[in-house]
Amino acid sequence: MALKTEEMTLNMGPQHPSTHGVLRLELQLDGEFIIDVTPHIGYLHRCFEKHAEFMTYPQVVPYTDRMDYLASMYNEFGYALAVEKLLGIEVPDRVEYIRVIMGELQRIASHLVALGTYGADIGAVTPFLFCFRDREKILSLFEMASGARLLYNYIWVGGVSRDLPPEFLRLTKEFVDYFRPKIKELNDLLTFNKIFIERTANVGILPLDVAVNYGITGPMLRASGLKWDLRKNDPYSVYDKLEFEIPVGNGRMGTVGDSWDRYYVRILEMEESLKIVEQALKQIPEGDVLSAIPKRIKPPVGQVYGRVENPRGELGYFIVSDGSVNPKRIKVRGPSFVNLAVIGELCKGHMIADVISILGSIDIVLGEVDR
Amino acid sequence: MTEKEIFDILKEKFPESIIEFVEAQVGENYIKVSPLEIDKVCAFLFTDSRLQFDSLINLSGVDDANGEKKVKEDGSFNFIGGTLSVVYHLESLKHLHKLTLLVSIEKDKQDVVSVTDIWAHANWHEREAFDLLGINFLNHPDLRRILMPYDWDGGFPLRKDYKDPEFYEGMKIPY
Repeated sequence: MALKTEEMTLNMGPQHPSTHGVLRLELQLDGEFIIDVTPHIGYLHRCFEKHAEFMTYPQVVPYTDRMDYLASMYNEFGYALAVEKLLGIEVPDRVEYIRVIMGELQRIASHLVALGTYGADIGAVTPFLFCFRDREKILSLFEMASGARLLYNYIWVGGVSRDLPPEFLRLTKEFVDYFRPKIKELNDLLTFNKIFIERTANVGILPLDVAVNYGITGPMLRASGLKWDLRKNDPYSVYDKLEFEIPVGNGRMGTVGDSWDRYYVRILEMEESLKIVEQALKQIPEGDVLSAIPKRIKPPVGQVYGRVENPRGELGYFIVSDGSVNPKRIKVRGPSFVNLAVIGELCKGHMIADVISILGSIDIVLGEVDR
Repeated sequence: MTEKEIFDILKEKFPESIIEFVEAQVGENYIKVSPLEIDKVCAFLFTDSRLQFDSLINLSGVDDANGEKKVKEDGSFNFIGGTLSVVYHLESLKHLHKLTLLVSIEKDKQDVVSVTDIWAHANWHEREAFDLLGINFLNHPDLRRILMPYDWDGGFPLRKDYKDPEFYEGMKIPY
């Protein structure tokens, strides 16, 4: 007599610790194998876009902090660039360099959380502590410059809220020298650990054509083998004056575009960010950081799409102005929101335990998925 | 290829459904397309070897707030008529050119054809535009709410004339 088989539906979340926030995944299972995954989002929906319509342009900045709370500096950066594009203003060179330094430090901090929690998800708790120890140093630098550890309100439209404190550049240089050997430490501890490789290599392979069709950007797209980085391909700020490489995945431990590649691209990106910070520290000119901040922002009628390379991918702001002091519409194209949509494709045919591994490698921040 | 050249190619291919080329004072120039032909235009943009727009960067719904404004006694208002817009930002990773398309929809009809078949990326963005603005995407494979609760029937929050309902599931809003 043949055994009766039946598909099962399993809810993962909304409070599952490995979902990095409040996300519910509805798994369709055949035994322990996944047939389909349906993500249910919206648990953290805080109406950013509706709020923004009632705010003036500078008032929106603190709200952007709260979307991707692990990369607040970069959210502000992107918003400031989009509004500056709408207004057609230039900012002083010193401001551009400060923004780039902050942005790249933020990228390192954000990747440290991504890598650390990824290790913790899979069962390696020590690297998580190491990563947070180093991230804390970056947060201290941010606190010194802006007064806050996580939600900065530092990068404003037309400038930054205050100049760097006198010791900042020296301490940042110290951090760069301190952190470079720590990447090797992380590699020894986690990256080339056999158990870690077994759990991540050949898991959740994302082919390049699927990635492009799903609009995937950032480390995830690069892990699939495409050299695409807005800092190089559509340069903004002063990135065209700085030298750095774009790391791509090459299937070193398995197949191009697997979870291990996505992890390793982030490690390599941290090294590139260190390079950028080092050059920016050397090149940063003196100047007034407040001079270009407009007293009253009243842009002309029109619509503009501004985008930056956030630690997670392309962060875009589509701003429609009706000529008043309030934006008529701000639509955020969040990289987490877009990258999460592909999870169904990645999980098919894998086991339940691999969902955790795949979700961690996508590196979502639910605050930005739900806005 | 510049936006103007792309417009000329499109105008020749689709004389009916390409409405106009708008040169913007600020931001990107855009091409206005008829809402019920957008899928055909996009499929052409995707496949044609000169264009090859393989990546949809962003899809946004906008309430144009341009109807006749009727203010009620309690200060709330609603719009009679007017339009909603959907804005598509496209990019070709092969030819490195960009394009912006705009579709304008009558608020009473709300129909626009989905482009999810062409770019899977559009799926969630279209769901979001449906959820928050009430734009109906025809041929969409899975048009459910995405950010608001599935059982929400209090209207479309990003409409300019949206007013909070008094209760949701027995909870008072605004609290």
